Amino acid sequence: MLKEYLTVKEIVGPLILVEGVEGARYNELVEVEFPDGSVGLGNVLEVEENLVLLQSFEATSGLNVSQTRVRFTGKSLELPVSRDILGRVFDGLGRPMDKGPRIIPDKRLDINGNPINPYARDYPTDFIQTGISAIDGLNPLVRGQKLPIFSGSGLPHSRLAAQIARQSGVLGSEEEFAVIFAAMGITFEEADFFIQEFRSTAAIERAVLFINLADDPAIERIATPRMALTAAEYLAFELDMHVLVILIDMTYYCEALREISAARKEVPGRRGYPGYLYTDLATIYERAGRIKEAKGSITQIPVLTMPDDDKTHPIPDLTGYITEGQIILSRDLNRRGIYPPVDVLPSLSRLKEKGIGEGKTREDHSPLSNQLFSAYARGKEARELSVILGEAALSEVDKLYVRFSDQFEDRFIRQGEYEDRPIEETLTIGWELLGLLPRAELKRVKEEQIKKYMQRGEAD
Amino acid sequence: MSEGRIVKVSGPLVVARGLANPKMYDLVKVGENLLMGEIIELRGDFASIQVYEETSGLGPGDQVIDTGQPLSVELGPGLLSSIYDGVQRPLDVIRDKYGNYVTRGVEEPGLDRARRWHFVPKVKKGDRVVAGDILGEVEETTVITHRVMVPPGMEGTVLQIQEGEFTVEEEVAVISTSSGERPVTMLQRWPVRKARPYIEKWAPHQPLVTGQRIVDTFFPIAKGGTACVPGPFGSGKTVLQHAIAKWADSQVVVFVGCGERGNEMTDVLLEFPELTDPYSGEPLLKRTILVANTSNMPVAAREASVYTGITLAEYYRDMGYNVTLQADSTSRWAEALREISGRLEEMPGEEGYPAYLGTRLAAFYERSGKVICLGSDNREGSVSVIGSVSPPGGDLSEPVTQATLRVVKVFWGLEDRLAFARHFPAINWLNSYSLYLDKTEDYWRDEVDPVFPDLRKEAMAILQREAELLEIARLVGVEALSPQERLIMESAKSIREDFLQQNAFDDADAFTSLRKQFLLLRLIISFHRWAQDELEKGKDIQELIAAPIREDIARAKFIPEDQLHRFDDLEKRIREEIVPVRAEVPSENRGT
Ligand SMILES: Nc1ncnc2c1ncn2[C@@H]1O[C@H](COP(=O)(O)OP(=O)(O)OP(=O)(O)O)[C@@H](O)[C@H]1O
Ligand SMILES: Nc1ncnc2c1ncn2[C@@H]1O[C@H](COP(=O)(O)OP(=O)(O)O)[C@@H](O)[C@H]1O
Ligand SMILES: [Mg+2]
Ligand SMILES: [Mg+2]
Repeated sequence: MLKEYLTVKEIVGPLILVEGVEGARYNELVEVEFPDGSVGLGNVLEVEENLVLLQSFEATSGLNVSQTRVRFTGKSLELPVSRDILGRVFDGLGRPMDKGPRIIPDKRLDINGNPINPYARDYPTDFIQTGISAIDGLNPLVRGQKLPIFSGSGLPHSRLAAQIARQSGVLGSEEEFAVIFAAMGITFEEADFFIQEFRSTAAIERAVLFINLADDPAIERIATPRMALTAAEYLAFELDMHVLVILIDMTYYCEALREISAARKEVPGRRGYPGYLYTDLATIYERAGRIKEAKGSITQIPVLTMPDDDKTHPIPDLTGYITEGQIILSRDLNRRGIYPPVDVLPSLSRLKEKGIGEGKTREDHSPLSNQLFSAYARGKEARELSVILGEAALSEVDKLYVRFSDQFEDRFIRQGEYEDRPIEETLTIGWELLGLLPRAELKRVKEEQIKKYMQRGEAD
Repeated sequence: MSEGRIVKVSGPLVVARGLANPKMYDLVKVGENLLMGEIIELRGDFASIQVYEETSGLGPGDQVIDTGQPLSVELGPGLLSSIYDGVQRPLDVIRDKYGNYVTRGVEEPGLDRARRWHFVPKVKKGDRVVAGDILGEVEETTVITHRVMVPPGMEGTVLQIQEGEFTVEEEVAVISTSSGERPVTMLQRWPVRKARPYIEKWAPHQPLVTGQRIVDTFFPIAKGGTACVPGPFGSGKTVLQHAIAKWADSQVVVFVGCGERGNEMTDVLLEFPELTDPYSGEPLLKRTILVANTSNMPVAAREASVYTGITLAEYYRDMGYNVTLQADSTSRWAEALREISGRLEEMPGEEGYPAYLGTRLAAFYERSGKVICLGSDNREGSVSVIGSVSPPGGDLSEPVTQATLRVVKVFWGLEDRLAFARHFPAINWLNSYSLYLDKTEDYWRDEVDPVFPDLRKEAMAILQREAELLEIARLVGVEALSPQERLIMESAKSIREDFLQQNAFDDADAFTSLRKQFLLLRLIISFHRWAQDELEKGKDIQELIAAPIREDIARAKFIPEDQLHRFDDLEKRIREEIVPVRAEVPSENRGT
């Protein structure tokens, strides 16, 4: 028997205050029955004696204090899971929204999960070939990594995320994989782009979709990534699959969190976001990785749009402090028609060193990438200088660096949306480009490697 | 022990009522799962409690039990090589017993109760002993001898003591004190929020050798000193902290992963058993204790984790060891403090941090130091503290960085611009500083080479001059610089790339001894001095820059530690290559 109360005292934005409640529990799931008979979900944010503060996942328009009924369920928000979730589309709270049958659950899992014991983790080391040079060559993705895309409004992050999902594979492996897609606050068109994309590649059979669109209740978004990750943990650690999770757009998730925080009149941290944003985001992003002796893995690609393209905004900033690197998109490259417009210098894959090299990709991969990074950094700097002072002010070597960076953007970074470049080809292009520079400048690669790989490059 | 009831639950904060005689910082058990918590505020009959575990499912009416004891750690053999959460629960044991996820209400002691240790007495029956005196020893790992000490506050005559195999809970000695006979076990407890006592604190003067060139040569930290590493994400805080944990010449390392990534802890766990300590030749894990309260683990336990860590560090200091405590990241600790403070509805200070942020940080760093330990043998020990700071947006004007800079003596400022160009460690050499530079100078002079301080000064002057010249070049182009200025730019580049840059992932480059740091810097400066001399005599700058020896200088950092004689050949070659056969010697090079 659910305990039902008709004692709503206040409704403020997404918050509902109920009095006279017996035995409510922190974080408990509640059902909120609207005066029109419809039922939404919510959960307990705070409980003090008989007073309970709830957040409603449903928009509170239409609620009133006299007729709203609140039922306490005695459990937390759960996701019913079974192998049959594959190929299905759910709403932001995990309720089926396609025409498929009800899921007969194998289990019901608390969507908040539990922290992985750091001692139980296994370090991610398997290189994932995405077929994209800017990623594979310089900022490689590794199985079990959390590597976000920092984008801006109007930049092609969706196309890039879809390309990664389409092309990703671990060299020499044929294991069971799945893609989990969680949309938070994005438009119908953007979501539809992914759905069509998954359909056209038949990946839809191996995909699970959780969709909360721009016009869906904002607070529901707080649950959506947790739904997706609960499904991911089930597929990865109970059904041994390699799961790729795309979370898009984390900015809207954070805004929903801010809305709750503001309604509770909490002391805000930077730019109105709550002080616990870091910890909250960590409980999402840290649900990626590998576990010792487990066959499956969870790789996360959260996508976020940086307000005003500002990397120091709290959302990208706190994300970068938690994730294992970041792929940053550049408006400048995009304007110049370069796809994918990956700004490689501030981009980073922290798991690079353990994921590449002999036996994984190639022994020259790491030094080559370091050399490309520093040469491109120098070239960009020289290019900026030549804009101010004119090319004549550059030294001969700097002129070569400018040429290098132009070609680097054109041949290395730029590629087709459907072009799937093997890692060898990426590395070959890298060596060819280094051929534009004087040997003496190449301090980060070994003499033997220059001999072995550059020759090949120059012969082409 | 007294019992009360929950009246309020708000995230990690629980308010209870009806406890009989609650004290601040008492450890309590909350709810039917007996979740661990700590009293952090008392108002009338109400006690506010920060709970170290997830509070979902708790509600008004649930029981709260006051243990009457403060949050304490267990001290004794078996700490080394362990991995604990923020309140000293052994994560390895927990995984073996409860599975891959950290579940709630798990109670496991910090020290293994079943394991037996071979105890060898160092005092005899009838000896008089005071607090801190070493009663006996246990070989804890192949590198560290654990010294079982008379607990602080105890003094008397040894009534009984014997050699043998004991568990940590068994009596190894009995001491007759003025208040009666007191048994001593190897297991001792200490409240984490209270600094352990010592006889006297000294200003540190001996460098902690980290094997990191920019640190040791330019911005050294002393044994017993404090340092901070602020930097935006991805600038290399963790890699630097790990490198120091691996290669520094401290005898014991306590590494606190405070609110950071799970995989970084795994990295240490997988790597440290494989890596060899350059000083002892034994696996690094044998001298290391890990405290891992990652970002997704409960936030209150994160607040406690740095205290747990420093208490463990002080305990080994008291045995007479040089200990390093590293906290990555102190900002996450401060954020935990902020979150709890917010829930207590305290008046917020800057950016929502509580007004006591500065005092708490200072009190934490003050637990570092070089001391004369308790006991009658005047042994010395030290705790060095190195904290990462993660300023939002990389902006150092924020409260945590500012409060930290007021107390620490070394500032290694990491910069994203350097990291983007993959110049690692991305320590900005122009604004970083060490207040131990003068104090450690004698050590360099005596132990490495008398001219070292001069070399270092010259190198820094070149780097500073480069910064000025870069400004000029930015306005008028490089070509406008004089040959002398061009040489400065080239030498500065050589110092940056061939000395300061150090790849933590390259086996040959990861660690550099002081001797090699000296030889490498001397080589670079030698070239600079000879080239300067030649320029004056009218030689062409391009010719000097193109000298083949410069490529060898660039690769000199990879010369193995056991082939340092090769530096002599390189020094000789500089002269052969750039100095035409003339009889004189440039003035400044005499004597080096
Ligand atoms: N602490 C600092 N203060 C001022 N400028 C700096 C600082 N650190 C680096 N720079 C500048 O940032 C740029 C990038 O650094 P890097 O070490 O890669 O130099 P570089 O010589 O330009 O590159 P390359 O390695 O390709 O020759 C350089 O212009 C360098 O002078
Ligand atoms: N000394 C170094 N040598 C080589 N690479 C480094 C070094 N320091 C940092 N890095 C690179 O920078 C990345 C980010 O470093 P990390 O310490 O994790 O940053 P932070 O802790 O400041 O966020 C690392 O994954 C590594 O690729
Ligand atoms: Mg870090
Ligand atoms: Mg790191």
